[in-house]
Amino acid sequence: MAKLNMVKALNLALLQEMERDADVLVIGEDVGVDGGVFRVTEDLHRKFGAKRVIDSPLAEAAIIGTSIGMALYGLKPVCEIQFSGFAFQCFHQIENHAARYRMRSQGRFHCQMVVRMPYGGGVRAIEHHSESEEQFYAHIPGLKMVIPSGPRTARALLVSAIRDPDPVIFFEAKALYHAGREDVPDEIETLPIGRARLVREGSDLTIIAYGAMLRLAQEAAQLLHDEDGVATELIDLLTISPLDRETLTASVGKTGRAVIVHEAPKSFGPGAEIAASIMEGAFLSLEAPIRRVAAYDVPFVGFAREKANVPDVSRVVAAARETLAF
Amino acid sequence: MPRVPLEPRFTIEYLSVLDSDGNLDTTLEPQISPDDLKRLYRAMLLGRRLDERMVRLQRQGRIGTFAPIKGQEASQMGSVFTLRPTDWMVPSFRETGAMLWRGWPIEKILLFFAGYLEGGQPAPDHHDLPITVPVATQLPHAVGLAYAAQYRGDDAIVMAYFGDGATSEGDFHEALNFAGVWHVPIVFVCQNNQWAISVPLKKQTHSRTLAQKALAYGFPGIQVDGNDVLAVYAASREAVERARAGDGPTLIECVTYRLGVHTTADDPTRYRSDEEVKEWVRKDPLTRFSAYLQKRNLLEEGLEEKLDDEIAAAVKRFEAAAVADPLTMFDHVYAELPPHLVTQREEMVQRVRSRVIEPPAGGETEQLESPPLRGQRRTSRWPS
Repeated sequence: MAKLNMVKALNLALLQEMERDADVLVIGEDVGVDGGVFRVTEDLHRKFGAKRVIDSPLAEAAIIGTSIGMALYGLKPVCEIQFSGFAFQCFHQIENHAARYRMRSQGRFHCQMVVRMPYGGGVRAIEHHSESEEQFYAHIPGLKMVIPSGPRTARALLVSAIRDPDPVIFFEAKALYHAGREDVPDEIETLPIGRARLVREGSDLTIIAYGAMLRLAQEAAQLLHDEDGVATELIDLLTISPLDRETLTASVGKTGRAVIVHEAPKSFGPGAEIAASIMEGAFLSLEAPIRRVAAYDVPFVGFAREKANVPDVSRVVAAARETLAF
Repeated sequence: MPRVPLEPRFTIEYLSVLDSDGNLDTTLEPQISPDDLKRLYRAMLLGRRLDERMVRLQRQGRIGTFAPIKGQEASQMGSVFTLRPTDWMVPSFRETGAMLWRGWPIEKILLFFAGYLEGGQPAPDHHDLPITVPVATQLPHAVGLAYAAQYRGDDAIVMAYFGDGATSEGDFHEALNFAGVWHVPIVFVCQNNQWAISVPLKKQTHSRTLAQKALAYGFPGIQVDGNDVLAVYAASREAVERARAGDGPTLIECVTYRLGVHTTADDPTRYRSDEEVKEWVRKDPLTRFSAYLQKRNLLEEGLEEKLDDEIAAAVKRFEAAAVADPLTMFDHVYAELPPHLVTQREEMVQRVRSRVIEPPAGGETEQLESPPLRGQRRTSRWPS
């Protein structure tokens, strides 16, 4: 058991899976000698060589496209897209091909591959370095969309993603990379993809969050407990797609109230699907309209105004209080 | 400081062996056994006859839109002929001929163009990717396959097909760049058929040749007479041997012509002249090759009839196999069906059971279990 930040935890997952399985390889821009711009692939190049830790030419579409070819051959590439904001240059490879190869070939081929991307705000970066685009991937049949919330879930989910026979889009919140350390077991640990995690039990209200927003939600839940005596049930979604509807509806079936928090813009975001799923599964238990706390429906506003745009604790608390008072 | 010409100087060669009358440049004639020459011709003719049959099937509404290969048989057969079964063939959407050579049953190809994904399923032991529709996007896959073969230490090589229009796409350039940097065993076969739907080559690129684009990525490119199967074969064999020897990629530009429509939804009289088409009919790869075989006394009597019978039998098999069980749409989305798809599949089971959706032919014929759900209309398929 070691205390690791999320960067080191992700690095441990890659290292151990590469040691375990010679078919796993890493490809991306600056992932080799440099160890990745966030250092997630640090030292892998030295340990496994340039054939397995590939410093690719600078082209997102070909990083994903060639990885698809490798996956069709039976390798298990873990691709790094340097920032999720650049992934639109490979979106066609993900949607047209990675997600569809199993269907197109009627099961003859599939793409066992992971696409890692740093996403989200909080690191004072320029345009295309702070956005949250999970909704685009969550909408695509054939993909899985995973977002860990800290070092331990990141390590376990990355191992699961690498072993998953379907293509997994794996978002890493940049704000969490160095945000704190957690105990991470030395032996390999996995978490089931498609299952949310109950991080706090309560009976008055359900808050649903993921990625960097989980911490806000935790603070909000504590504040609601301390100031209002409210018992919040907190769900860490972990997998955006396929969504764990069972856990969501069971929780809201009990609490009757739900607040969803995400960093992606509000309209047509993951919150809409989560809210609809709760409606379908727990309609008769609802005591109040489901609330969504999300970024506003504006393009990236520049980091000087970032804090005003992405959810903060006060917005979560305000939404929770309105829901409770309805 | 002076301007200094850099070495090496880059050159592009044009290769042609057979002229349009079937006359031969004997110094360039590749060594192909009489049996193989006959097999090559048979494959080209099968491609042509199937193409013509498919146009009629499409006009009759028995298959959907497809992209005919008429005129490009030499480009496809001359290249694919040089592969081993263990090599990989990566098609775009106009490689019916190459697919037939690789062992795709005719009925599967027909199924695919009749809207059944089952038709796109490569056989378990075949090293072919299925048809890829978005232009040039299959090329990075081909490079990835070649990388994987090299990584595993297999001696398989990859042959990837695309057209002249594809060379304008980013994926083409990215794929060639990666292939050059990684020095992978791959042969890029461009079928330059002069037209990307209605856009002629001169509006597609300002380059003198498409083959020269390889030079920018650090590997050889060659332009061949794509209607001359012997030239295509010679260039392909050379490129395949280079790839297998570990000497990296090659780009082959086959200068050919699409004698027919882009797809069966296209009307080429809107954008090109009859004179141009006639000029290329004169260079038809089949007549040219058959003249050559005639001189060598290698033409088989009654071959057309034999191939037509083969096609007719396959059309029958295709029509017997064309059964759309709607429930199979859930089978290959994920390795395991996630809960939300279990729910959605169950909804479809109910709809099939209540005959809102036509059940597969030959399936159960039990009586209607329930009336239509609220909001669902009776359709003409509803049993009276």
